[in-house]
Amino acid sequence: MSRHTLSVLVEDKPGVLTRVASMFARRAFNIHSLAVGPTEIAGMSRMTVVVDADGDLIEQVTKQLNKLVNVIKIVELVSENSVQRDHILVKVRADAATRLQVTQAADLFRASVVDVSTDSLTIEATGYADKLAALLNVLEPFGIREIVQSGTLAIGRGSRSMSDRALRAS
Amino acid sequence: MSKGTPASPALMATKSSGHGAHSGTTSGAVGTTTPVSDVLGPNNVVAPVQMTGSEALVRSLEELGVKDIFGLPGGAILPTYDPLMASSLNHILVRHEQGAGHAAQGYAMVTGNVGVCIATSGPGATNLVTAIMDAHMDSVPLVAITGQVSSAVIGTDAFQEADIVGITMPITKHSYLVTDANDIPRVLAEAFHLASSGRPGPVLVDFAKDAQQSQMTFSWPPVIDLPGYRPVFRGHSKQLREAARLIGEAKKPVLYVGGGVIKANAAEELMVLAELTGAPVVTTLMARGAFPDSHTLHVGMPGMHGSVSAVTALQQSDLLITLGARFDDRVTGVLSSFAPHAKVIHADIDPAEISKNRTADVPIVGSLKEIIPDLSAAVKAEFETRGTPDLGDWWAFLGNLRDTYPLGWTEPEDGLMSPQRVISRIGALTGPEGVYVAGVGQHQMWASQFIKYERPRSWLNSGGAGTMGYSVPAAMGAKVGNPDRVVWAIDGDGCFQMTNQELATCRINNIPIKVAVINNSSLGMVRQWQTLFYNSRYSNTDLNTGHDTIRVPDFVKLADAYGCAGLRCERVEDIDATIEAALAINDRPVIIDFVVSPDSMVWPMVPAGVSNDQIQVARNMTPVWDEED
Repeated sequence: MSRHTLSVLVEDKPGVLTRVASMFARRAFNIHSLAVGPTEIAGMSRMTVVVDADGDLIEQVTKQLNKLVNVIKIVELVSENSVQRDHILVKVRADAATRLQVTQAADLFRASVVDVSTDSLTIEATGYADKLAALLNVLEPFGIREIVQSGTLAIGRGSRSMSDRALRAS
Repeated sequence: MSKGTPASPALMATKSSGHGAHSGTTSGAVGTTTPVSDVLGPNNVVAPVQMTGSEALVRSLEELGVKDIFGLPGGAILPTYDPLMASSLNHILVRHEQGAGHAAQGYAMVTGNVGVCIATSGPGATNLVTAIMDAHMDSVPLVAITGQVSSAVIGTDAFQEADIVGITMPITKHSYLVTDANDIPRVLAEAFHLASSGRPGPVLVDFAKDAQQSQMTFSWPPVIDLPGYRPVFRGHSKQLREAARLIGEAKKPVLYVGGGVIKANAAEELMVLAELTGAPVVTTLMARGAFPDSHTLHVGMPGMHGSVSAVTALQQSDLLITLGARFDDRVTGVLSSFAPHAKVIHADIDPAEISKNRTADVPIVGSLKEIIPDLSAAVKAEFETRGTPDLGDWWAFLGNLRDTYPLGWTEPEDGLMSPQRVISRIGALTGPEGVYVAGVGQHQMWASQFIKYERPRSWLNSGGAGTMGYSVPAAMGAKVGNPDRVVWAIDGDGCFQMTNQELATCRINNIPIKVAVINNSSLGMVRQWQTLFYNSRYSNTDLNTGHDTIRVPDFVKLADAYGCAGLRCERVEDIDATIEAALAINDRPVIIDFVVSPDSMVWPMVPAGVSNDQIQVARNMTPVWDEED
């Protein structure tokens, strides 16, 4: 199954997240990640949904999303013409003996240390999902104690805005 | 052709006055061109005026053109029931909220207008769930109004609190929780617009009690604000030309007609297209009546219990002209083996139906009311340039099938009446102007097979959901919507026992439906599967209502207890006289206990899980099955 990133512009109404999530569950579609937040326009939110689906199925996912009354517009973002980022916070074992190695590893990935204690470091990193997976691989031998990760955020490259076009369309 | 002179008594029956129902004029809102205003009703201008939320709720319904509603009050909706007393709305008090839901469905299906049901919070609202799900599966325009506990206590597990918006989210087209009285007119106008336009469906509006009780400023019409809702009406001209080209090339085309044609009020347009192309027409369970059974182009109903000619037409076709149908598993059988040689034109107002189950070669999104005439025009132009295709071989093949394998039945060996004969006679003696409303099971299939449907909105049933108990309350709603027509509930003894409490509603509100209980003393369709697939081991399907049983309940006594006329028929020679007697009683509901054989089975049949090529006609013989699911 291939992975698709959908940007979904929705009305900021109560229950809209439930409607989207419930539709995915009911139709047995597979959500890999989901991130929601407000946009530059009051009353509108944007969801970035990463879905595992084959060719025909992704069309069905998009159509079913479009049927939700609160959904205004859907755009599939492909990696070539979009910027896609995940955000991760990792708590790694690090005592006096290993601390330097861990911070060096973090530096290689342009990750930053955001908290330190006597036996651990918390590292913050942003990047494409593959890069974060590589970071975790490098940190693994030191002992990962805790991971928290955002869903993917994605935005199209260039000057055009998804919400501009959506509002013109309506 | 169709619709000859109606010699049937179906339209001559009673005037059931007193419940204010209007004659069944169809609304222009479903599936037609973009209306001038998205707010239903006459769009009277009402200057701002102070009132309570509950008064605004009732007033909004009036302004939306609502005449009849079905419901049952309780604590959280009580504020709304007070102004209801003084309103022009005809509220019919049901005995169970599920009855209100199905009645609203029946009303919507015969009139084309939005059906409205109303219930209180908690269990009142959850009792609507089955009907809402049913309306969702069959695309019935329905607005369900529920009371909710006050907004201050939502989330506290208050008395009779249920998250009905959450519960119904997967089975509604949309839903609202209203906590501010000022939102009431807009939300109701949006709800009616959503329910009736595009692909119709149920919309639930949940009103917190404090929103009903607080003061607000009412004005009309409200401004609808649905930026994410833009149904497409006009079919794409390039796709229409491509469809016409395929129709011009096809040697074995079939018009695969679904319930969408009825929802779009496009039966007349379909007739033009069918006669233009000369292609055979199949009407699905939801589309019975969209094209007249008597028409020479009609080859039957497809699907699990479809006719051999209709099933084979689809299987052998080289082009499916799919109009408002959705390739349901009951039609396709095993999907991968369905119509293997056919290209597919798929026209539907819901883009998500296109290529959901079967990939379409030519997708056309829009209202069939617009698409079918546009397609006819394109086909006409195509035929003018390339000539009208010769479908002679195709028709010779299908005509032979239709003649060789007509629908029929064998008389049961136990000497009891055959249910098929009973149902067939009801249809024959009542005629095509009647309305026939089935429950779910064997009797439903026989009613779809052995009654001749000649006009849209004359056949109602629970197709997608398969809701046992649909018949009596839906027939009640149909009779309110079409008071001048004879309305038959063709029910089973199992189904009838699920919702027959609405006989009280019918009796008291002067809604004289006729109920034919096809009493085979069992859950007949389940029993049929047990006969075929479970070695005739009848686990929990005997209901003890029929011949040679203790007959609990006695349906005639039950009719009597409800103040209805109760008749019983046990002999073939009494069938016609009993039906005639029922047709003559129009001052109260009639219940007929037709005591029929439990051994009659629905044929033809494509067993679940196999290709439609394996359709069995089975007369006098019980094939050996080895597959089912």
